[in-house]
Amino acid sequence: MLNIRRDICGYCGACVSVCPEGALELIDAYLTVDHTCIDCGICEKVCPLGALEVIKE
Amino acid sequence: MKRQYDLLIIGGGPGGALAAKTAVEKGLSVCLVEKRPAIGAPVRCAEGIGKELLTDFLPPDPKWICTDIERAELIAPDGFSMLLEPRMAGNEVGYILDRKVFDRELIWKAAEAGAETYVKARATAPIMKDGAVAGAVIEQHGKIYDVHADIVIAADGIESKFARWAGINTTVPLREIETCAQYLMTGIDIDSQKTSFFLGNEVAPAGYVWIFPKGDGIANVGLGIGGGKSGAGHRAKDYLDRFVSRMFPDGKIIELIIGGVSICKPLPCTVADNMMIVGDAARISDPITGGGIYNAMYTGRLAGETAVNAIELGNTKKASLMPYDSEWRASKMGKALDRNYAVKEVFTKLSDEKLNTIIHSIAKLNLEEFSTLTLITELIRANPSLLLELKHLRSFL
Ligand code: SF4
Ligand code: SF4
Repeated sequence: MLNIRRDICGYCGACVSVCPEGALELIDAYLTVDHTCIDCGICEKVCPLGALEVIKE
Repeated sequence: MKRQYDLLIIGGGPGGALAAKTAVEKGLSVCLVEKRPAIGAPVRCAEGIGKELLTDFLPPDPKWICTDIERAELIAPDGFSMLLEPRMAGNEVGYILDRKVFDRELIWKAAEAGAETYVKARATAPIMKDGAVAGAVIEQHGKIYDVHADIVIAADGIESKFARWAGINTTVPLREIETCAQYLMTGIDIDSQKTSFFLGNEVAPAGYVWIFPKGDGIANVGLGIGGGKSGAGHRAKDYLDRFVSRMFPDGKIIELIIGGVSICKPLPCTVADNMMIVGDAARISDPITGGGIYNAMYTGRLAGETAVNAIELGNTKKASLMPYDSEWRASKMGKALDRNYAVKEVFTKLSDEKLNTIIHSIAKLNLEEFSTLTLITELIRANPSLLLELKHLRSFL
């Protein structure tokens, strides 16, 4: 599961562009993730601020 | 908001604005939607642009020009600094813009020419008819509108989703994105007419640090690192904090700006039936500098012109929009993208030692002109062993 730290995210959209599944979307000033996320962790790496974390279930 | 337009533009950055202005001036009905509540904010840009590139579109105006840059400085990983004077700095010298004001000015010009503009209006899905785009579902202030259009232009930036929803894969490979962080700083000791670029794996692996002055003692201090180099504890912001505490320990940070810049190849095709993709959404930022303002304005204008022609012909199918794609690829910008991509592929893999050697050897030359071409030639001269890897580059020389 992808956890979005809204307190850290600066809504830049970098993660949206690298997500291979198109699971992320930047809606004005907040980021959303949908059910198509496969927990690949690519977005987690790219974030300039460290706002994303894949939580292993 | 009407239910039908000739042209619907998703995104109110420079690409969308130029498309809107161009098309509405030629008589098309144009609707532009921007999901943010304000045009131009938040800024996601280092705000530099080459002088002659800008004047291709509009005369320079002190309203949105912060500084006129006279010199550029390139700092090697070992600290050696090479100064580029105007005579040879060519493209690297230009203006530092105030994007908040600049972007508004562009939209204002489009609106003044007759384009309808809507803010806090977000495209949530394309309207598809027989497998082709026929408009978009727009949400604004809690209401949902089905807006039909003969042509839709996706100008929705790095976080573009519209083209993907319409079936085009726009994913940027992780190692081909620059992840960036920048502070707007005041109270720093800088030459306000000089831009500085720092190279090296210590300061910015597979990227660079920039200092772009915006006035006396004020500058955008930022950096980008390769996506493949980013991770917990070594993200763009970590590198920036380290650089800033070393260079400007007493400076004040008055804004944090972050963003991603694609340095991949452009999308294989930037048109589809009834749709064109412009600017960052088309993945056409410069792979070396990361610059994208000019490219967005250029493709925006070209897409606007193409829309006018296609609608006049009564055919907005892919083939009829194809001139947009082939023209920008064949343009000076398109060729520079090709060449700079090839150069980037080599540069981002260089060790600090090699970068030092190259910068030292370039500094010794009395260059008449400083351009990517001279850089490549020097690269080869300083590193004959790279010649093999660079074979595919020769066609650009
Ligand atoms: S990359 Fe990070 S800061 Fe940018 S939108 Fe994604 S989560 Fe937010
Ligand atoms: S973890 Fe992978 S699939 Fe999930 S949102 Fe991030 S990039 Fe997309």
